[in-house]
Amino acid sequence: MYGSETGFLARESLPELFSLLHVQGFDIVAPQIQDGSILYQVITGAEQLPSGWQDQQQPGSYRLTQTESPLNFSWANGPQALKPWLFAPREVIWRAEKQPDGRLQFCEPDAPDRKLAVLGVRSCDLAALKLQDAHFLNNRYHDPYYAARRKGLLIIAVNCSHPADTCFCVSTGDGPHAEQGFDLCLTELENGFLISSGSETGNDLYEKLPLTKATEKQLHNQLQQKLSASKQQRALPQIPVKQLLSERRDHPRWDDIAERCLACGNCTQVCPTCFCHKEGDLASLDASTSEHLREWDSCFSEGHGYMAGHQARPEIKDRYQQWMIHKLSSWHDQYGRSGCTGCGRCTTWCPAAIDFVEEVNLICGDES
Amino acid sequence: MTRAAPKPQCDSHPYLPMEAEVVEFTAESPSIFTLRLKLTDEQQNQLYSFQPGQFNMLYLHGVGEVAISIVSDPQDERLIDHTIRAVGRVTKGLQQLKPGDRLGLRGPYGRGWPMQECKGQDVIIVTGGLGCAPVVAVINYILMRRKKFGKLTIIQGVKHSDDLIWRERYDYWNTLPDTQVLIAADHGGAVWPFHHGRVTDLFSKSIVDPANAFAMLCGPEGLMQAASTGLIDLGLQPERVYLSMERNMQCAVGHCGHCQYGKDFICKDGPVFSYPEISDRLGVQGV
Repeated sequence: MYGSETGFLARESLPELFSLLHVQGFDIVAPQIQDGSILYQVITGAEQLPSGWQDQQQPGSYRLTQTESPLNFSWANGPQALKPWLFAPREVIWRAEKQPDGRLQFCEPDAPDRKLAVLGVRSCDLAALKLQDAHFLNNRYHDPYYAARRKGLLIIAVNCSHPADTCFCVSTGDGPHAEQGFDLCLTELENGFLISSGSETGNDLYEKLPLTKATEKQLHNQLQQKLSASKQQRALPQIPVKQLLSERRDHPRWDDIAERCLACGNCTQVCPTCFCHKEGDLASLDASTSEHLREWDSCFSEGHGYMAGHQARPEIKDRYQQWMIHKLSSWHDQYGRSGCTGCGRCTTWCPAAIDFVEEVNLICGDES
Repeated sequence: MTRAAPKPQCDSHPYLPMEAEVVEFTAESPSIFTLRLKLTDEQQNQLYSFQPGQFNMLYLHGVGEVAISIVSDPQDERLIDHTIRAVGRVTKGLQQLKPGDRLGLRGPYGRGWPMQECKGQDVIIVTGGLGCAPVVAVINYILMRRKKFGKLTIIQGVKHSDDLIWRERYDYWNTLPDTQVLIAADHGGAVWPFHHGRVTDLFSKSIVDPANAFAMLCGPEGLMQAASTGLIDLGLQPERVYLSMERNMQCAVGHCGHCQYGKDFICKDGPVFSYPEISDRLGVQGV
């Protein structure tokens, strides 16, 4: 039975995990510092993991600083979630070829078959992955590209030790520690990592790693870390907002948001659960072949609500309402829970510093 | 009563079109035309079946896809008709097609009209705008199986009398037994023989028995909202009032998110909804 044991992996043994994954044919995706933020990229060795980096996040602000600490994961999520690794920001979903006699042939590209192990997945993003699975896989129609990437995915979660000021996963029930949905789960301590497994595949790796039995002190530190990470400044209202939000479309706060919102769509691009995408066609110069692509779209874009000569959501207020009411209300009906997992990215990456949590509280609170 | 959409034809790759051939092109007006299509693969042709109110995604090579409702009869000899208004890049391109030309087709998608539920009942059809294609399928369906349905009232509203297409069809339908056609124009021309004003003004003239009638509505949301309320006031049961909704549709399988209408994805949960299913959202700005 997997998951019942916790082992300790010394920091200097982390390369062993990389070797095991490489032997099994996985490329390893892990955090890297790029353009002043923490992004997930393919790396080849544990020595490439950034160490000592810490983040400061506020509405509309994200800053990194480096310290002397040996810790690799003492920061909260950067702008990316798992999403781009499964639901590609832009991809060809089929190709049309026009034959000389005028006939059309439709071909699907080869399904992606890469095996990816992602190291450093946070619990909010695990919860978001489950929601994306519900949308793209466990639905009436099955997305073949998402399915192929999902099949090749191995997840190594790292429990969150330093939530940002914009985080509120405790209030959505999605963090700070990962409970399920991973193959392996790590808790980073000063000298190494506590490890537990959450799947057969994870257990197989677990048994091959040079682990020692976790000590009482280490387990105590893990618990302390969880308690400390659970103290978050922001929280969604604990009253059910599902009904309230759609009933309060006339609340004056929406107008206030609309005055500040730039409709740039940043919130939807960094959101780990947003699934909207548009489709388009790119024909070769001689028009013999044409690729049918999809790429991420946003409910803030002009094209999103457009239909034959009519715009369903002409105002920024309409679009912000669509974003928030969908996220916190419609998701319940569509997939059985809220579409928000408390990662706080929408707030950090909003250039107008609109605080999602504060707005929900104002709209659903008593002071109207 | 929950009505599930029929199971999709090909769900292994839900985005991949099939090849179709233009069999016939009919110009209905300067901007409205009907394409009669046939799937070129015999096996796909045999497997293809649809319900009135469902739609296909039509693909014009190198330009793009567009959602178009099916107007032909489900029992037709594997010919699939689409009446299209040329308004955008794709539809204007489709207007240039000729018999023999090839295009892409995938579908059918969505949940159509409640044709089984309304057997033996009266039907009142209310449409607005230009020749409302989704209900033409229903009208033809009922007329081809006339004895299986009760009385039929067709109410068509147009902004201006010049917008009315298929005038001869309406005239013909009006001559059929137990069938009534009522037409209203907001602005009638000099020789407009029909009603000046709103479609809702005409409900009291309908020959259907409100207690035993189903309503099927299609057109601008404002018109459908007013018509729903008017028909319920007339005595129709709210759950027997059906509306065909429209939003931007790109994937047609509930993935791309554009057609969301509150909690529903119009492409897979609709496009046809009963009034109680959407009355909480109907007419609300921005939904």
